[in-house]
Amino acid sequence: MAITVRIPTPLQRLTNSQSEVPCEGKTVAELLGDLEKRYPGIKERICDADGKLRRFVNVFVNEEDIRFLQGDQTAVKDGDDVSIIPAIAGGA
Amino acid sequence: MSFTKEHIARYSRQLILPEIGLPGQQRLQEASVLLIGAGGLGCPAALYLAAAGVGRLGLVDADAVSLSNLHRQVLHATADIGRSKVESAREKLTALNPETEVVAYHARLDAATAKSFLPAYDVVLDGSDNLATRYLVNDACVLLGKPLIYGGAVQWRGQLMVIRPGQSACFRCVFPEPPQPGEIPDCQAAGILGATAGVIGTLMAQEALKLLLGTGQPLENQLLTYDALAGAFRRVPVRRDPDCAVCGVHPSIHALVSIDLMSCSHKEA
Ligand SMILES: [Zn+2]
Repeated sequence: MAITVRIPTPLQRLTNSQSEVPCEGKTVAELLGDLEKRYPGIKERICDADGKLRRFVNVFVNEEDIRFLQGDQTAVKDGDDVSIIPAIAGGA
Repeated sequence: MSFTKEHIARYSRQLILPEIGLPGQQRLQEASVLLIGAGGLGCPAALYLAAAGVGRLGLVDADAVSLSNLHRQVLHATADIGRSKVESAREKLTALNPETEVVAYHARLDAATAKSFLPAYDVVLDGSDNLATRYLVNDACVLLGKPLIYGGAVQWRGQLMVIRPGQSACFRCVFPEPPQPGEIPDCQAAGILGATAGVIGTLMAQEALKLLLGTGQPLENQLLTYDALAGAFRRVPVRRDPDCAVCGVHPSIHALVSIDLMSCSHKEA
């Protein structure tokens, strides 16, 4: 069993169009590292050069914003559900 | 106001809803909503708000109707190409419901116009097309204490959130800061399906009507996401951030400033 990471549509071209991908890691940071290993180039769309989450992107672990948990050190375990949700600007 | 036979007939199907009735209809008649953007979200939202009998609608948009707008901006017709969007929209909305006063602001929203337009309205609907305006509208609503309905739509997906300043998470609580120029890796037009914008715009109108009527649970402290391809809605809980720059405990934003993110000519929709 692994951890399911939900990929937002704009990043799915980096995951062969998959909207959910399994990843492994003990923390969100490790998970994103594993995601990058599987789908090179995806992490820079989520994190800045210092590895910090971009400010218009949110990561939720089991529907809780990691900024209110332990940030990228938030622990994750098998069966957890992780969502990456960027802001949508469009509308006009 | 007193209701004429025409009023009763026009609104009869919503008047019989226990949440509305004559008192609710009167509230709508006395209410006002400001829509930022008369585009893919603003058009369907304005249609339903006018049809429901909201007394005054303000529309802010500096653009003219173009052929490529028509697949999603359902208030505008082929003959409107080249006309001001707000004028075109006002004409259609007035034809739909002459009882609704429609105020057309042919202007771009910036710090100055936000300060001048917002105070006269009860609720603000943000259907703009860029992140700079989104943060500006959010900050203006928080500083002025105006309830805000944020909606976004791109490609086959959308987002929605209701913000009641001081009570629920604001846009900045969820997405703390806009990206810096160049931080958005690709700037190509992403495309959008008209019906996707229609779903979100209609939900924005729905949430505005609930707020105006004081009925139901506002979609606040949660971000609704819509994935049209999967046919799925999800709600993720969000919460107020004590460190929020505009609505937190020690806010750093006390006045409106226009943010210029336009160096990347990025327009998602
Ligand atoms: Zn806030």
